[in-house]
Amino acid sequence: MAAARKSKKSARAASAAYHSHPSADFRVGLTELRELAGRVFKLSDADETEVEIGAVSDALTRFANNTIHQHVAEQNLALSVRVVFDGCTARAVTNKTDEASLRRVVEAASSLARVQRKDPNLLPMPRQQKYQKVRRFYPMTAAATAADRARAVARVCSNATTTKQTAAGIFSTGLSESVLANSRGLFAHYEQTRAEFSITILEKDSSGWAKASSANLTDIDPEALAESASEKSIASRAPLEIPAGHYTVILEPPAVLDLVGFLFYDFAATAVRDQRSVFTGRMGKKLFGENISIWDDVYHPLQLGAPYDGEGMPREKVHLVDHGVPRNLVYSRASARKMKAKPTGHGFSLPNEYGEAPMNLVFAGGTATVDEMVRSTERGVLVTRLWYIREVDPYQKILTGMTRDGTFLIENGRIAGGIRNFRFNQSMIALLSNVEKLGVPVRAAGEESFEMVVPAMKVRDFHFSEVTKF
Amino acid sequence: MNDWAHIAVGTALVRGATYADARVMDIRQRDISTKNGAVGTVVESESLGIGVRVIASGAWGFAATDRLTREGVQACAAEAVSIAKASALAKTHNVVLASEQAYVDTWQSPFIKDPFRIPVERQIDLLLAADKEMRRVKGVTLAEGSMSFRRIEQFFASSIGSAIHQVKMLSGAGIVATSFAEKEIQKRSYPNSFGGQHMESGYELVESLDLVANAGRVGEESVALHSALQCPEGASTIILESAQLGLQIHESIGHPIELDRVLGQEANFAGMSFLTVDKLRKLRYGSEIVDVVADARLEHGPGLGTFGYDDEGVPAQCTPIISNGLFTGYLSNRESAAEIGEKRSGGTMRTESWNRLPIIRMTNVSLQPGTWKYDDLIADTDDAVLMETNRSWSIDDRRYHFQFSTEIGWEIKGGKKGRMIKNPSYSGITTEFWNSCDAICSREFWTLWGTPNCGKGQPQQVMGTGHGAAPSRFRNVKIGVAFAK
Repeated sequence: MAAARKSKKSARAASAAYHSHPSADFRVGLTELRELAGRVFKLSDADETEVEIGAVSDALTRFANNTIHQHVAEQNLALSVRVVFDGCTARAVTNKTDEASLRRVVEAASSLARVQRKDPNLLPMPRQQKYQKVRRFYPMTAAATAADRARAVARVCSNATTTKQTAAGIFSTGLSESVLANSRGLFAHYEQTRAEFSITILEKDSSGWAKASSANLTDIDPEALAESASEKSIASRAPLEIPAGHYTVILEPPAVLDLVGFLFYDFAATAVRDQRSVFTGRMGKKLFGENISIWDDVYHPLQLGAPYDGEGMPREKVHLVDHGVPRNLVYSRASARKMKAKPTGHGFSLPNEYGEAPMNLVFAGGTATVDEMVRSTERGVLVTRLWYIREVDPYQKILTGMTRDGTFLIENGRIAGGIRNFRFNQSMIALLSNVEKLGVPVRAAGEESFEMVVPAMKVRDFHFSEVTKF
Repeated sequence: MNDWAHIAVGTALVRGATYADARVMDIRQRDISTKNGAVGTVVESESLGIGVRVIASGAWGFAATDRLTREGVQACAAEAVSIAKASALAKTHNVVLASEQAYVDTWQSPFIKDPFRIPVERQIDLLLAADKEMRRVKGVTLAEGSMSFRRIEQFFASSIGSAIHQVKMLSGAGIVATSFAEKEIQKRSYPNSFGGQHMESGYELVESLDLVANAGRVGEESVALHSALQCPEGASTIILESAQLGLQIHESIGHPIELDRVLGQEANFAGMSFLTVDKLRKLRYGSEIVDVVADARLEHGPGLGTFGYDDEGVPAQCTPIISNGLFTGYLSNRESAAEIGEKRSGGTMRTESWNRLPIIRMTNVSLQPGTWKYDDLIADTDDAVLMETNRSWSIDDRRYHFQFSTEIGWEIKGGKKGRMIKNPSYSGITTEFWNSCDAICSREFWTLWGTPNCGKGQPQQVMGTGHGAAPSRFRNVKIGVAFAK
């Protein structure tokens, strides 16, 4: 489709780039995205029209058994059109940008909108907004090649072979560009790069894991992450089985992330209005410990993401939980109107039934290191990572899941050794009421939640309900 | 479509690939949802592109693009070769594939009513009618409904000479009633959680579900759950209804038999498997009555895992997975089959879209029907909990230890269905659980359920899988753990 959105000359240039320098930086560019949006507006006779364009160029090098076994790259552009006719709205999406396809996507959205009932809650599209600048595009990250990633992977695989360990993981890099524009004059543009490295080091009866992600490739150190995973694997050899029960746990940041990530939609005003949030009937009341404060803050230096929401409203920093008391929710324009509040710039693209959500949670932290937490623990469990977390009870916020890739017994302030993995069933309300120590917040990457800024936590009375076989 | 695939394969070979295949996929989707009497989502989308997979320098490369021009496709194929050559920088061995024939064929999933030709207002009206029935019930605080339709047209070409055209039509629909009261949220879904039932079918599937007629019951049950008996803790006999059993099969049989997991290829994300290759044809997976197949053929039914050919050009097959309780087969592809010395792939390579690499996925992994009539099974059970409709699911990364909870349960006492039970949950170890199965209902109670949300791979791909099951009984299972203090 790029030939349709690029001139023949630029298409040839891109083609040549493929052959001579397989860089991943295939940005479409602001000028072309703006021009594409303009072509859509010309085709629409709706009362209001919104165009959202997202272009991605992503690549991922995957390794296992100390070899690269999957290695992929993709380029795609999705163009999404929302129209409004007399209070009725609908959306259609395509990845084809020739004239006929653009006409068809506008007609599809229009046909869907015209057959609907009038929505009394539908607001006029917002006019032009002002956005705070964020820098999240790093040319060197965008230019990373398959060979760059493969060489880094080759080094960690070679090291694993030397230490008679087995490495598995991913190294990915990519870029995304997006434009959001509407016929009332709003125009927003955002571009971002992304790099991620994740590694599991396996031995006969143990494993260790580490992961990092950033907008800037230079923040990622594959060999250091591999070494950390290797050390965990060595330290957890010959795991002992200890009985299930209530333990003091030290949750490393990825474990904290994957648990607290399950709270993110509870902060949506629509979820509270729908009475499916843990905060329903609990706003303004002490729910968590005094040491728990949470914000949503897209402008935090460790966060990624656009400074505007699905309708183009500027994202605001919102203080969600203040010393254990849930104080504020996030609002789309529609939910703000229904609940007599101010929009906070967290709405999803319309139409949708979910409203909004905070996508950039930041937890307040403390100063304790994980080592200090371990030294202060007479008997407890150190958890590297959690897995397959699911909600058991939405109002008590009981979550279940497993520990994985580095679970250790702590005795008398020291790591006593690896232990078999546990299943947990734990209320998040109780967990966030039982936090004894907090670490420095970091950008944590897990597998169950999108990245957030969270600290390590030492938590008392964590409920491990059963033990598995390894 | 086929021209682009052939151009891609040809370019890859010229660039130095020793094997190449390409998939052009044209995907059309419609999603509709309603909530509390109003329309939620109404979106139509389409996506067209090509994915090119190659072996060069003995290693894999894959590239995908939406630029379907001669230049774009050639550049994409060249990029795939370039990536494969980069992969060879960290290579321990050359990729070897199990042999396969070339096929030139066309296949289409059967359907009666094209859901994209049904007026969207009719579809919305149906959901709103069900929504109204749910909200008629006092105490229902949230009524939701959804429909989704997907048409996938794809053309596959490979350097061994295959040229395969396939068209699949997928439909799904369901409703959910939620009730918040006091300090509890309870919900009921129909006909299943995860957006209801999903099949390779046309709009006739939606019509067969009779959402409106079931909406009142679903609403009433969601409210009644607040005053139901809490699920007891301890060891118990349980009977699983077929939809919950479908997910049990998915998690504790379907995933562990994926050969890429077994061989360590998913170790960093989805995990590995306890079913190491030494256990093949030796492990007693379940009791004598447990027979499980992985069947992608249409004769198994129009499941989400039904196709003519998989996404590396291997014909649909039926693989015996568990035969009279014995573990007998894996889900494999051409590479993993060769690695364990099998002569041929089991034909389970599937891709979410044109921009994703095909990986080993479940097809229709189904428990074969048994002999029991449902009423006889209940009458034969003295003391048990009957569990229905999944609410939460979790299993460890080697697929030993699982825990499930369901939306609703029923006490079985003295061969009769008794009081409603809330917050039912059970847990166990995979092989112990399947060896405790002592009754499976017959074909007339068997349903081929669709699981539309199976995540696997990096970048993660979401795939639909099929699971046939009939209500079954399991002895001495740990229940109530999820809510234990």
